[in-house]
Amino acid sequence: MSFNNLDTLYRQVIMDHYKNPRNKGSVEGDALTVDMNNPTCGDRIQLQLQVEDGVVQDAKFTGEGCSISMSSASMMTQAVKGKKLDDALNMSKAFSEMMLGEDVDTENLDMGDVEALQGVSQFPARIKCATLAWKAMEKGVQE
Amino acid sequence: MDAAAIREQFPILNQEINGHPLVYLDSSATSQKPASVIEAVDAYYRENNSNVHRGVHTLGSRATDQYEGAREKVRKFINAKSTAEVIFTRGTTTSINTIAYSYARANLKEGDEIVITPMEHHSNLIPWQQAAKATGATLNYIPLQNDGTISLDDVRETVTQNTKLVAMTHVSNVLGTINPIKEVTEIAHQNGAVMVVDGAQGAPHMMVDVQDLNCDFYTFSGHKMCAPTGIGVLYGKQELLEKMEPYEFGGEMIDFVDLYDATWKDLPWKFEGGTPIIAGAVGLGAAIDFLNEVGLDNITVHEQKLADYAMKKLNGIDGISIYGPEERAALVTFNLEDVHPHDTATVLDAEGVAVRAGHHCAQPLMKWLDVTATARASFYLYNTEEDIDRLVDSLLKTKEYFGDVF
Repeated sequence: MSFNNLDTLYRQVIMDHYKNPRNKGSVEGDALTVDMNNPTCGDRIQLQLQVEDGVVQDAKFTGEGCSISMSSASMMTQAVKGKKLDDALNMSKAFSEMMLGEDVDTENLDMGDVEALQGVSQFPARIKCATLAWKAMEKGVQE
Repeated sequence: MDAAAIREQFPILNQEINGHPLVYLDSSATSQKPASVIEAVDAYYRENNSNVHRGVHTLGSRATDQYEGAREKVRKFINAKSTAEVIFTRGTTTSINTIAYSYARANLKEGDEIVITPMEHHSNLIPWQQAAKATGATLNYIPLQNDGTISLDDVRETVTQNTKLVAMTHVSNVLGTINPIKEVTEIAHQNGAVMVVDGAQGAPHMMVDVQDLNCDFYTFSGHKMCAPTGIGVLYGKQELLEKMEPYEFGGEMIDFVDLYDATWKDLPWKFEGGTPIIAGAVGLGAAIDFLNEVGLDNITVHEQKLADYAMKKLNGIDGISIYGPEERAALVTFNLEDVHPHDTATVLDAEGVAVRAGHHCAQPLMKWLDVTATARASFYLYNTEEDIDRLVDSLLKTKEYFGDVF
């Protein structure tokens, strides 16, 4: 594998989210808080969701981890903000399929930058990094 | 010792990963296996496989001879007094848990103390946490010095007349610290405590003489010393093992059984309930033959050269943090500035260099180092200075790559 292959993993947009994370911090006021970590590697995230009338009004995160886990959290919060809970869960399902290398139709999902993470599916050891934030979101919504 | 020639004997190392010749720097996690070990396990299954100890038939005798022959090889390898003191287990974790259940939980009570260090692998930490909770004993820590070593003064301070058990790793799997086991054992004994050693990173790399160390228990895993996974050793002093109850009950470990009671076999078999890991033990025996042929002392000298070379070369990289003492076993734990260790490990893998990234099963130690994760390169008898050059080149490329994409 050459560095060209690495470029399918570390896309420019991913590194931008890593360096300049969107929605990093804490929600002011009441919010649903989910803590999740990846015990095999030590990555951890705290996700806060503010949900009103079945719509995600605000989503913020704090945490520590590699470029993939942190950029994924940044992209995920951006994608689910303003979305209905059902849509957020559908996105999460689509993301899991994307990580399995499946061809996913995201046309109706409006996932934004998230699709830049598609290349992670070629790096099996890093899939758990990418899905951490989405798992936290699912757990929050299910609660 | 000719590491390049030794490397030839490890079939797995002769391959390309992502278009580059493999450089395997993850032996602290598990070592690779020489052809002689793979062939010994293969031959056992092709020619001698049978259950042990009750076979009247020929294969039963052959399997028993091989299994017990491996035990004698282990006895010699660590210089135990008798094969009664050599118990085959699934690995270091099972060995330590056996001590935690059969010795600690049976003998400790409120007011007693267990003493360990913050550099322990989870497998030499959680069994004692749980034993302390179950018995009401207190868990105390010998503090680490700034360089990641322990001082004997701190050991004398922490180990008291109430201490019943001291457990310590021989070699830290993160810091590379080599602990003064013999001296700590003496302090433990002066206070009436037993000494448990986690030898997972010790026995594969240096001559271990349990009688000289005088420790009460010494534990290690086969897979980190060229043997298959799933086989390990619990060494214990006979007088202690005699008094301990088995940890697992079932076939193979009984003497007489009636409807409401049973008695146990003699040592070491009373601790080996169920059909044992016969092929694993045969593989471990072959691994010991292999290591003896090379010579443990030669391996230690070779690894020391590699460790010194790696420290010199890695210290020359701008923005690298290296954790642990100057004097160390053959492993280097590090981080590159502004690059998460997972990302480092991914780029190194693209260059064919295998290192480990994460918390290395030592979360309290990560907290002490004030990091969430690190990368680790660990060396064994088949590694060469060229491997370290490849590591350094790849780390420079990692820096360049992440410098560019930022």
